[in-house]
Amino acid sequence: MRAPRLEQVQGEVSAEHPAVGGARYGPGMTPTTSPRSREDHPVVAEGLVKRYGAVTALDGLDLAVPRGSVLGVLGPNGAGKTTAVRVLTTLLRPDAGRAVVAGVDVLADPAGVRRRIGVSGQYAAVDEQLTGTENLRMVGDLYHLGRGPSRARARELLERFSLTEAADRPVKTYSGGMRRRLDLAGALVAEPEVLFLDEPTTGLDPRSRLGMWEVISELVSGGTTLLLTTQYLEEADRLADSIAVIDTGRVIAEGTADQLKAQIGGERVELTVGRDADVATAREALHRAGAEDVSVDERARSLSAPVTGGTAALVAVLGALRETDAEVLDAGVRRPTLDDVFLTLTGRAAEDDAPDDGGTGGEAGGETSDAGGRGRRGRHRREGEAR
Amino acid sequence: MSSSTSASRTTAEADGRRSSGRPSPSPGGGLGQALGDGWTIAKRNLIRIKRVPDLLVGSIVSPIMFVLLFAYVFGGAITLPGADGSIPDPRAYREFLIAGIFAQTVIFGATITGSGMAQDLKTGIIDRFRSLPMAPSAVLVGRTTADVVNNVLTVVIMTLTGLLVGWRITTSVGEAVLGYLVLLFFAYCVSWIMAYLGLLVRTPEVFNNVTFIVIFPLTFIANTFVPLETFPTVLRVFAEWNPVSSVTQAARELFGNLQPGAPDPTAWPLQNPVLYSVLWGVVMLVVFVPLTVRQYQRAAAR
Repeated sequence: MRAPRLEQVQGEVSAEHPAVGGARYGPGMTPTTSPRSREDHPVVAEGLVKRYGAVTALDGLDLAVPRGSVLGVLGPNGAGKTTAVRVLTTLLRPDAGRAVVAGVDVLADPAGVRRRIGVSGQYAAVDEQLTGTENLRMVGDLYHLGRGPSRARARELLERFSLTEAADRPVKTYSGGMRRRLDLAGALVAEPEVLFLDEPTTGLDPRSRLGMWEVISELVSGGTTLLLTTQYLEEADRLADSIAVIDTGRVIAEGTADQLKAQIGGERVELTVGRDADVATAREALHRAGAEDVSVDERARSLSAPVTGGTAALVAVLGALRETDAEVLDAGVRRPTLDDVFLTLTGRAAEDDAPDDGGTGGEAGGETSDAGGRGRRGRHRREGEAR
Repeated sequence: MSSSTSASRTTAEADGRRSSGRPSPSPGGGLGQALGDGWTIAKRNLIRIKRVPDLLVGSIVSPIMFVLLFAYVFGGAITLPGADGSIPDPRAYREFLIAGIFAQTVIFGATITGSGMAQDLKTGIIDRFRSLPMAPSAVLVGRTTADVVNNVLTVVIMTLTGLLVGWRITTSVGEAVLGYLVLLFFAYCVSWIMAYLGLLVRTPEVFNNVTFIVIFPLTFIANTFVPLETFPTVLRVFAEWNPVSSVTQAARELFGNLQPGAPDPTAWPLQNPVLYSVLWGVVMLVVFVPLTVRQYQRAAAR
């Protein structure tokens, strides 16, 4: 029915894929991709505008996802992430702009788009009263796979997402993580060319989040073209080949995770000392270790300074401290958080006065797990905690 | 990214092999597909009726309560015209009452459609449906069809309750079946209006309040519980043209529950109750099926 899949080959390349369409960074951090180079991509959005009364949810949004790669759309609540996904998945008509998904124009042939995509939203859109098997068979039937293939596919997906044991239990007995996995399975029933995941881990506890990440990265390694929205830099970092940061309905920066992090100021060493007198000592030690621009919170007896070189810089700071009698309670390297991204890119904190997205995501867990951060993240502050 | 990619490359290859024989969605289209999709959704809703019997219990218990309340509490004080003597005959009133309760109950049963639609919007499963290549009417067709089954079950329970309090069908099987069909068909048509309201209101609780306020008077300003002769003129004219009255009248006629000696109705709708009820049903369908399908697409697209 469809063109043979090329993703297997391209999937390997995509792991190292550069920024979307080879975006470079001007001083103003605006995307510089020319629309023409995006034309063949499975997901192309140009100048999407969507207004709700006085609120502009999308304000000329441009996105492109190369075949077999993962684009992480990163932004706070109300940035327009969900609206963008709803437009691309034919659930919402934009006021202006155009979008092509899997080679099909979203506005001209929404039914054609629906046959080629899989969608999993912020809420697990599964029927609570139905069992896992019944949910997936229903979706298979609605894709018109035919009775036999629909049943086989349900069985196969339940097994793949470790839901076989729970397959014949009503979904209301499932944990949050299991529901999300089932919802994701629902999106994969017809093996879509393009997959959309809208905040797949929002509201999940750290362990379920890790489980979800594993499932998604496995999927991605199979060459699926994926557009993923998230509030967590860490999540985009872990899963996406490139990241588009959006705010008030527009892309304000895009690039690989490393490019973005370098751009937004990199890492900081953070220290907490035990006695008031230690603060000055620690400040000198930081200077000796080469850290400039130290900021100090006297009351919390904590210090922080931008560094390059991550853990190596931390080792140097700790070395300098060992020569003093300062009592170090806590020390770590903190990597940039979404808050830092927004503070740097927009000059305001991520949650300020952003209009609601129409979705919620407000229940987003304040914590993320350390293991997910590849173990290099500092212990001082976790993403989302400062919200 | 790169480390996790290489770690799970074997899975990627496994995926690749599996992909060659993968199922593919067929484009489909047309009426056949719409009906098939409708049936798929109906199955889903029927499973829900089975798994959440609370709703069904709710819609069964209240009519039983109504039968008992009216038969034994109010019934003694209600005089039917034409009944001989000044002392009301409670058995005659029960005979009169049951068809009215049937009508009220199936109409309330139809409201389940609306709260169900509002509920589905709220949970997000409508988004899932909307992102699938299915007929846009299917969710509504499936839902209204499943709710007919719900109403059939309620009617069976009510029939048994009626038989217990002394109500009898005195006509032929054919007429009795037609009586039930008129009730169920009318309720089916009402459920499309309810679906429309549910999609408009979007909150199950608000929907329940709104429909209660509308349906309660609509089913009381009718010949359901008391004969129209006692109504003040304005209310009587309203009640005569109220399709709830004609549905009730149709059921009374077809079940053989008309009181001997009762005055013949003067209003056309009550003289031709089956025709008038069916006409109302058809008009409701013609207006609300397209309206509701459109509202479904809009409501989901917010």
